[in-house]
Amino acid sequence: MSAPAPAASAVTVAGRPALRWRGLSGVWRPRMLAVTAAGLVLLVLAVAVNVGRGDFPIPLGDVLAALAGGGTRGQQFVVWQLRLPRSLTGALVGAALGIGGAITQTVARNPLASPDILGVTAGAGTAAVVVIVLGGGSSTVALSAAGLPLASLAGGLLTAGLVYGLAWRRGIDGYRLVLVGVGVGAAATAVTSWLLIAARIGDAARATVWLTGSLNARGWENVVPVSIALLVLVPVALLLAFGLGALQFGDDTATALGVRVNVARSALIVLAVALTAVATASAGPIAFVALVVPQICLRLVGAPRPPLLASAVYGGLLVVVSDLIARTVLPAELPVGIVTAAIGAPYLIWLLVRGRSARV
Amino acid sequence: MTAAPPRPAAPRTGSLRARRVGLVAALVVAIVALCLLSLAVGANPIPLRLVWTAIVSPTDSDADTVVRTLRMPRTFLGVVVGIALGMAGALIQGHTRNPLADPGLLGVEAGAAFLVVLGISVLGVTNLYGYVWFSFVGAFAASAVVFAVGAAGRGGATPVTLALAGVAISALLGSFTSAMVLSDAATLDAFRFWAVGSLAGRDATIAVDVAPFLAAGVLLGLINAPGLNLLALGEDVARGLGTNLTRVRWTGLAAITLLTGSAVAACGPIAFVGLIVPHVCRAVTGPDQRWLVPASGLAGAVLLLTADVIGRVVVRPGELEVGIVLALVGAPFFVALVRRRRMASL
Repeated sequence: MSAPAPAASAVTVAGRPALRWRGLSGVWRPRMLAVTAAGLVLLVLAVAVNVGRGDFPIPLGDVLAALAGGGTRGQQFVVWQLRLPRSLTGALVGAALGIGGAITQTVARNPLASPDILGVTAGAGTAAVVVIVLGGGSSTVALSAAGLPLASLAGGLLTAGLVYGLAWRRGIDGYRLVLVGVGVGAAATAVTSWLLIAARIGDAARATVWLTGSLNARGWENVVPVSIALLVLVPVALLLAFGLGALQFGDDTATALGVRVNVARSALIVLAVALTAVATASAGPIAFVALVVPQICLRLVGAPRPPLLASAVYGGLLVVVSDLIARTVLPAELPVGIVTAAIGAPYLIWLLVRGRSARV
Repeated sequence: MTAAPPRPAAPRTGSLRARRVGLVAALVVAIVALCLLSLAVGANPIPLRLVWTAIVSPTDSDADTVVRTLRMPRTFLGVVVGIALGMAGALIQGHTRNPLADPGLLGVEAGAAFLVVLGISVLGVTNLYGYVWFSFVGAFAASAVVFAVGAAGRGGATPVTLALAGVAISALLGSFTSAMVLSDAATLDAFRFWAVGSLAGRDATIAVDVAPFLAAGVLLGLINAPGLNLLALGEDVARGLGTNLTRVRWTGLAAITLLTGSAVAACGPIAFVGLIVPHVCRAVTGPDQRWLVPASGLAGAVLLLTADVIGRVVVRPGELEVGIVLALVGAPFFVALVRRRRMASL
């Protein structure tokens, strides 16, 4: 960029002060910051409450004490070994799905797009159901449970790779990518449906629980991979997001503004797929988070496109609150994916009825 | 896209009009051929000569019975449900201006599924005929709610709010459905077979029941097509040309609901047809809805009949549900098409 930059103070975007630092520039959006910060506070609270609730209730103060290393031995065990990993898995998986959805919707310029469109969840689902249905009956549950996350991770990444490879023709066109993803995803879903029909009813029920998304019996072994993925991939996504703004205007304008469109888009899609695949391997394809959270955040922040960080924070919040409801309010422990849709959908509807016209 | 110079959208073979007429003619011929095939093929193959006898001068032979009581209703349903889903797909993609929109977007399929599960788990309904009216009521109620939500916002029923309202209501109903299915193994056992979508085992009564709703939907869809062309110019331009936007919008939504609702009631939620068929047809007809809507209907029938016949052949003497065959056979074809040419944008 060789154009002489005017003095920063003289430049405002629609009445907002501009932020400039070396080659990077952004717009100061206090509302975005406030919404994200509020979401973080709520997320921490939700995790603490969720850890305290259950058959062995622990008051909020004792939960915080146990987290800080105090409390009784029993409280220590329940908090650290049983409930905290489950809540953390929920928060991290929700964050990964939320940010993955925000990236996909922006790249595809389509509010109906989510990483599901790239085939990643359909492929992961097929692989998982294959393991559940063909991996022997309930006798080998333990064996198949160990193989499930790996199988679904492999299935998701392979399917997404297939979609990407098939959609590549002298570059990636968002429209073509989405259509190829729909086709490949439909084929994978058909295999899943066929397995569900062919399966014994017990296996079909287990497969359905997995496909809804569940946090039952999730431990530290699920927390680690998702947190590593988030720590590595989210900063990269935030850096690449500078190009996202330009992509809004269409490829030609973005190219003219100096964004390497294909590189930026491909990298972002790979990030969204990786985040979603890791999240899905840990807790199943928790329904609706990737689709609805970016749209909710976009309306909360009043931004022109889904905000990435806010989508991550609120994705985590939605899943943890849903888990809390699933564990304490609902009769049988229904999987968390049922609740995410049941509380995310009315909220989105309320936002729609209140009617801030927003574009993606 | 890359910086490559723009290429013409498709290799031109003759004039656009000739291509459109050719497509429609080819589809009609294909439907007739597939109908005959559909009457002849199955666990018990019947030669075309005997099929013809069964149609024109039936006696009481086994072949006649199979053709007239089993395969005729099934073939008829294949044609009309295919037409319904293809047309509904073209209409919903036109109204939402979204290539990812499918007929289920307005909550029709989720509403139908919810009431079917309610019928199974609360009333113990387990026969196909019992499902029909449950799914009808669910389909219409759900899409009414979606319209209400989509139109309640300040901007009225814009494509984006409609689409999102549909997604939200579908997800909400879907979660109720999952909750009921997961709480009761018997319900899941009955529901998982309905949820795939199939033409098998439907008798003539079901076809007769849904026919008037389908006919109304087809009529409204054809009436709606020219108005949809005007909508595509953008709302302001359309208004400036004297279009009654509200009327066009509601006519289209009513058509989509009638078409999809009857299709789901008759055969369960058959995915994929409504989503891909319009894209395939658009590549030939271009974006003119007056051609695209009827062509998508005909192509939907071709696709559904083809998938149904294949499903009866591959795992004889058993059958593979049409919904599964559709995606497994249709997806590679669709992906190849998307790769081969630049798809006409919406």
